[in-house]
Amino acid sequence: MSKVQIINGNETAAMGAKLCRVQVIAAYPITPQSKIPETLVKYVESGELAAEFIRVESEHSALTVCISASTVGARVFTATAANGLAYMHEQLHWAAGARLPIVMALANRGLGAPWTIFNDMQDSISQRDTGWMQVYCRDNQEIMDSIIMAYKICEQLHVPMMVCFDGFVLSHTVMPVEIPDQKQVDAFLPSYVPHLQVDGPEPININPVMLADPRANAQGVSCPSYMGFRMRLQETLESAGDVILNVGREFGEVFGRSYECLLWKYRTEGADTILLTMGSLANEASLAVDALREKGWKAGVVALRVFRPFPAATLRQALSKAKHVVIFDKNISYGNEGATCTETKAALFEGGLRPTITNYIVGLGGKNVAAADLEAATIKSVEQKGQVSTPQWIGVAV
Amino acid sequence: MASKKDQFISACATLAKGEAGNTGEWRAKRPIIDLSKCTPCKKQKDTCYLCWLYCPDGTVKRGIPIEIDLQYCKGCGVCAQVCPTKAIRMEVEEQFVLSECVIQEEVE
Amino acid sequence: MVGDLTEEKVINVTWHGRGGQGAVTAAMILAEAAYLDGYQGVTAAPFFGVERRGAPITATTRFSRKPIRTLSPTAQADVVVVLDERLLQTVDVLGGLKPDGLLILNSSSGPEKFCTDMDIAVATSDANSIAKEVGLVVAGTVLINTSLLGAFSKASCLVQMESLEKAIGENFSKQAAKVNIQGARLTYEATRINRDWQLS
Ligand code: SF4
Ligand code: SF4
Repeated sequence: MSKVQIINGNETAAMGAKLCRVQVIAAYPITPQSKIPETLVKYVESGELAAEFIRVESEHSALTVCISASTVGARVFTATAANGLAYMHEQLHWAAGARLPIVMALANRGLGAPWTIFNDMQDSISQRDTGWMQVYCRDNQEIMDSIIMAYKICEQLHVPMMVCFDGFVLSHTVMPVEIPDQKQVDAFLPSYVPHLQVDGPEPININPVMLADPRANAQGVSCPSYMGFRMRLQETLESAGDVILNVGREFGEVFGRSYECLLWKYRTEGADTILLTMGSLANEASLAVDALREKGWKAGVVALRVFRPFPAATLRQALSKAKHVVIFDKNISYGNEGATCTETKAALFEGGLRPTITNYIVGLGGKNVAAADLEAATIKSVEQKGQVSTPQWIGVAV
Repeated sequence: MASKKDQFISACATLAKGEAGNTGEWRAKRPIIDLSKCTPCKKQKDTCYLCWLYCPDGTVKRGIPIEIDLQYCKGCGVCAQVCPTKAIRMEVEEQFVLSECVIQEEVE
Repeated sequence: MVGDLTEEKVINVTWHGRGGQGAVTAAMILAEAAYLDGYQGVTAAPFFGVERRGAPITATTRFSRKPIRTLSPTAQADVVVVLDERLLQTVDVLGGLKPDGLLILNSSSGPEKFCTDMDIAVATSDANSIAKEVGLVVAGTVLINTSLLGAFSKASCLVQMESLEKAIGENFSKQAAKVNIQGARLTYEATRINRDWQLS
């Protein structure tokens, strides 16, 4: 039987990993994620979870351990944040390139310098080109459910995934979370079968140098080209949306909460003004939309639940009736604009859609964004008819 | 040479008491100095001052005798650790807080 | 439970204590109790920052009949609970309370001592003595956080004692839960309030 517990995002992530019966965990503690490895260590030491918790001296090593363990067939889990994720960067590419279904919980935090321990999404957005899938959670329940679905998705596609949630805002806030029943999770999630067995009767060496063109090895076996691997990873991510939808539907059938969607929508029926964002800010935006609707505005929220693969076609459809799109980014690609803004514009271009678009950079380094801020920004941007081309900043206190 | 023109280019803190707020509020243990063991006091000359050098909050004042500003001393105990003559010991703060309260109430 | 509580109304509670006093734990237990009491939306969080033993810290609890959608910090709370009355001198406790809000203090003095010219209601309870009496002392520190939950229930009438006791029970081992519940009950009884308070 499932039951509801009032727990924070970090405990939820750890519990999610436990329910998935992860076999190897390697993580290095970093604020605001520390409670995840702490909780998992407790599970392992008490015998509640039959897993190996491998202590490491850095995030780079944590992911290296995960890569090795995943390669030999273990279901692995890691968690990090901010500069810890940045430190993993090289191994992030490796994990995706080696096509390993590693699941990572990421408590989103801003990057130094200057130091901040507080929330924004610069850390994960900076890793969007590593080949990892990325989902963003609105609340703790989504953290739980996303982790369970992540293993099923990743192990089908042989691609790793980051389950991202706002540091402190979710990682440290308790709220009701329905904890799925272990038996149901077991039935939902078959055990992991690796793509290759490296230590079989004929041991193999993996990920050697691949050349630009195919070549025959000493035994005359043809080895494929480097670009072929890159292309296959892209093709896999292009088709990943369908797998995510299927798993989301199946999850709904078993646990009663369907995730057959790549976007989260709120009051978008008949809406001509859309507030577009990600993560827990979507909830705050829904309050802004209620206030706007009260004033007679036809406003709604669209939140990107899945950011990689980027759900361009779905987003295009969701925005097809919009006259104004107001995009709130907790990240920025310096010298350009917020990442979701760029990607949304690109998605709309293909459909020939031309709503006004205003990009707001908000909430960096934990700066709070309240519903009233989102509401005021929306009104302002519609008044300006989206004619400001550079991103606008909310909440910069001097 | 430096040319600081914009407060938003380099983030910096100054080496001043109170940079981290009213850190005295944090104190769970209070440094108590035994001046009879403190070298500058004993020798009546400016010497040692390791506690001053190492205190992360700059709350130790050099002089004879040395003084600790309890408004900002966060009670970390670094001074007690580095003192070569063990002149500083750390004592549980609560006892002082309570006795100070009692005194305050009596005065009222 | 409050009868005329509108569906969307979110009740904000702010806790003030010192690191190590258990304000965060109390905030979380209150959220659990509120959930058991039938509030669908509950959240609790520490003030996001660095916590140090002895330093003033705050925590918040929110509850509502509907799921809670805001995670922004509470600007003005309906109820403020203060675990250490000396904090009134260093922290702007009243600044974070609605003008007609409820202030609950751990104090051996009666509520009259703390009445201001504001329209707030004040409740006090000597949780320190009660906690000591029932044996809630660990390593020289008197643990008053769970006891004060009793004062919260009595003064605010927002969450029933029964739910609080259940929530406390889930957070402690059997023996510890018994003592904590006893502390909460006695504090409930000992709570004095300057006037009846109702959520606005
Ligand atoms: S305990 Fe000593 S070192 Fe630490 S802040 Fe106080 S005076 Fe400075
Ligand atoms: S380190 Fe010890 S001996 Fe030296 S000045 Fe400080 S208290 Fe005195």
